[in-house]
Amino acid sequence: MGKINWYKYASPASFYGLAGKLIPGFATLSVVLFIIGLYISFFVAPTDAQQGEAYRIIFIHVPAAWMSMFIYVVMAAYSGIGLAFNTRLSAMMASSLAPTGALFAAIALFTGSFWGKPMWGAWWVWDARLTSQLILFFLYVGYISLQAAIDDPRRSDRASALIALVGVVNVPIIYFSVKWWNTLHQGASISFTKAPTMAYTMVAGMLIMAAACWMYTIAVALYRVRIIILERERHSVWVSELMEKIK
Amino acid sequence: MKWGSFSAFLHMGGYAFYVWSSFGLSFALFAIELLLLSKRRRTLLKRLGQIQRLNASRESK
Repeated sequence: MGKINWYKYASPASFYGLAGKLIPGFATLSVVLFIIGLYISFFVAPTDAQQGEAYRIIFIHVPAAWMSMFIYVVMAAYSGIGLAFNTRLSAMMASSLAPTGALFAAIALFTGSFWGKPMWGAWWVWDARLTSQLILFFLYVGYISLQAAIDDPRRSDRASALIALVGVVNVPIIYFSVKWWNTLHQGASISFTKAPTMAYTMVAGMLIMAAACWMYTIAVALYRVRIIILERERHSVWVSELMEKIK
Repeated sequence: MKWGSFSAFLHMGGYAFYVWSSFGLSFALFAIELLLLSKRRRTLLKRLGQIQRLNASRESK
């Protein structure tokens, strides 16, 4: 095995450079996957027998809902690592993910509304799935506001890590809410145990849109973490050397 | 082509408002996030550059 010193990239200074090199690749992949995914969503996937064309909202709704949950779990993991080992970079990654996670939670909520209105006749119902997803959105907002409220980054990282870790119990609640409670919201679109009941092209469209959202998230999180690194390390020698080069 | 005409595509089987609002708003939010981020980076780099120049002028004195 070649010796790559992974610890090197745990330092914000070297990760700053690495992230900068990775962003174009993830951004390009995201654009390509979004184009393919949207093409399948609108031109390949058949019309739904029950819901007509309204069901096409699924292609943005479900990937956004998945992302909002995945990102929260990843954010909580980074927060936990930051809390346990006091690593600066993992705390920065956690705070870099939060706004994008909040964005996906919001997208899941309002696309759900735009789907619920024509199908259920209501923009919103206090059903277990919808309510737990709304709580997820508020957890993100709480995380971001707490970080913004405490000036000292070390202390704000620790305080917000607690929200992230406590709030993570909400994620399985969202996921299983359609099973545990009698919800108006339909069951899981893709199950790990059963063969998909949807048309193959619908599943493919959803998975490609989800992959596009993943690439978008990685590109944006890396871009934002570079900003956070510069903000937090602005007094360090490497940043002033970098600024010297840019000039 | 799945849709008979472009207007049939826009019409979305009568669900145009719901479908296009969902996708339109989602991608508008992506665009806003990207714009805000690039603005934040530009502002930060400008500020860091100012600090740099300030320090340089102090050292030269």
